[in-house]
Amino acid sequence: MGLQYLRDVVTLELDRDKCTLCGMCTNVCVHGVLAVDDNGIHILERDACMECGACAMNCPAEAVTVRAGVGCAWAIFRDWFRKQPTANNRQQVVI
Amino acid sequence: MRWGIRRMHYSVPAGLYAIGQPTHESPVLVTANYKLSFDLLRRELSGKDLWLLVLETFGINVWCAAGKGTFGTAELVSRIQKVELDKVVNHRTIVLPQLGASGVAAHRVRKATGFRVKYGPIRACDLPLFLKNGLKTSEENRRIKFTFRDRLVLTPMELVGAWKISLVVLLLLFILGGLSEQEFSLQGVLSRSLSPGLIYLGALLVGSFITPILLPWIPGRAFSLKGAQLGLLWAFAASITLASAWSVGSIIALFLIVPAIAAYFAMNFTGCSTFTSLSGVQKEMRIAVPVIILSIVTGGVTLVLGKFL
Ligand code: SF4
Ligand code: SF4
Repeated sequence: MGLQYLRDVVTLELDRDKCTLCGMCTNVCVHGVLAVDDNGIHILERDACMECGACAMNCPAEAVTVRAGVGCAWAIFRDWFRKQPTANNRQQVVI
Repeated sequence: MRWGIRRMHYSVPAGLYAIGQPTHESPVLVTANYKLSFDLLRRELSGKDLWLLVLETFGINVWCAAGKGTFGTAELVSRIQKVELDKVVNHRTIVLPQLGASGVAAHRVRKATGFRVKYGPIRACDLPLFLKNGLKTSEENRRIKFTFRDRLVLTPMELVGAWKISLVVLLLLFILGGLSEQEFSLQGVLSRSLSPGLIYLGALLVGSFITPILLPWIPGRAFSLKGAQLGLLWAFAASITLASAWSVGSIIALFLIVPAIAAYFAMNFTGCSTFTSLSGVQKEMRIAVPVIILSIVTGGVTLVLGKFL
């Protein structure tokens, strides 16, 4: 699964009782963190999660929660020197 | 995009665009009004007939705009209503880039407009196949890769981003070069600050260029730790070349400061990567930032004391 960041830090949580197995969260995740199979929804690769929030945003049942944000040292620096934290502010170029 | 000098604001007006000769049945693709993505899309889709719905993201690409919320549910819903998309096409499906998903709640869009959101492939070059396969994408194209090439493309931005602080550092080294018992001459100061300047630039290069491109092969997970290791190698290389004639105090300072600089710049690459989480970077910084500061300050004190004692 290629590059992974720090272990055991991610805030991703699943409420399996709420899940309707629609599969949307597995669709939107670019890291294949979540999976739906015969046993229901589960977290496959927790440490691969980058807390982008796409799964939680697109879960119609509100079964997934994550503290979404950007893993960017610069943005965090800025927040340290600012009273109220800025909104999610990505400094990445992908497309 | 962080260019340090000026944010690039290349945008196209938001609205509905026709590519080729689209009909009531043609697919609708949604994108940001960042000009570079827009042009790339048009190029990849040339020869096809479809609708392109461009959202107002203020010239920011899909990924960054989704994080900010400008590529978001509210803008998408209001844009669909503004262009009266329901009158333009007969079907009720729109295709969004997968990287826009962190800003858009598909089920809310459907509730508000009747349009079903389909998340397409990550890369524009996979779109033609996606369209041909009836809006289906492979698992493979849903996964983000952070390849050697991706990292290579991103590193120049890191270097450009470091120019301001680098000027300050080089100036400081120049001033430090002037603190000498020898008689003052510009040439003397320049030659004394040449090696430290080169060593600094080397540390910058190690942290913001070499570490990022070698990322998967350097042990450890924290970016700063990866940078510090290569920084240590560079300090060692410098100590037997550029700094071979330095005093013990200066060599100690070299080994304290150079890895710290490399660690700092490597840590800044987290923002360019596609797999670091907010919680992770916060944890990394809570440890790395004090260590980096302590290391640089101790090194600086050793250096200055060495000059006077
Ligand atoms: S937050 Fe993002 S990376 Fe993490 S599981 Fe959800 S979609 Fe995947
Ligand atoms: S999106 Fe929500 S409801 Fe759908 S499979 Fe994922 S957790 Fe379950």
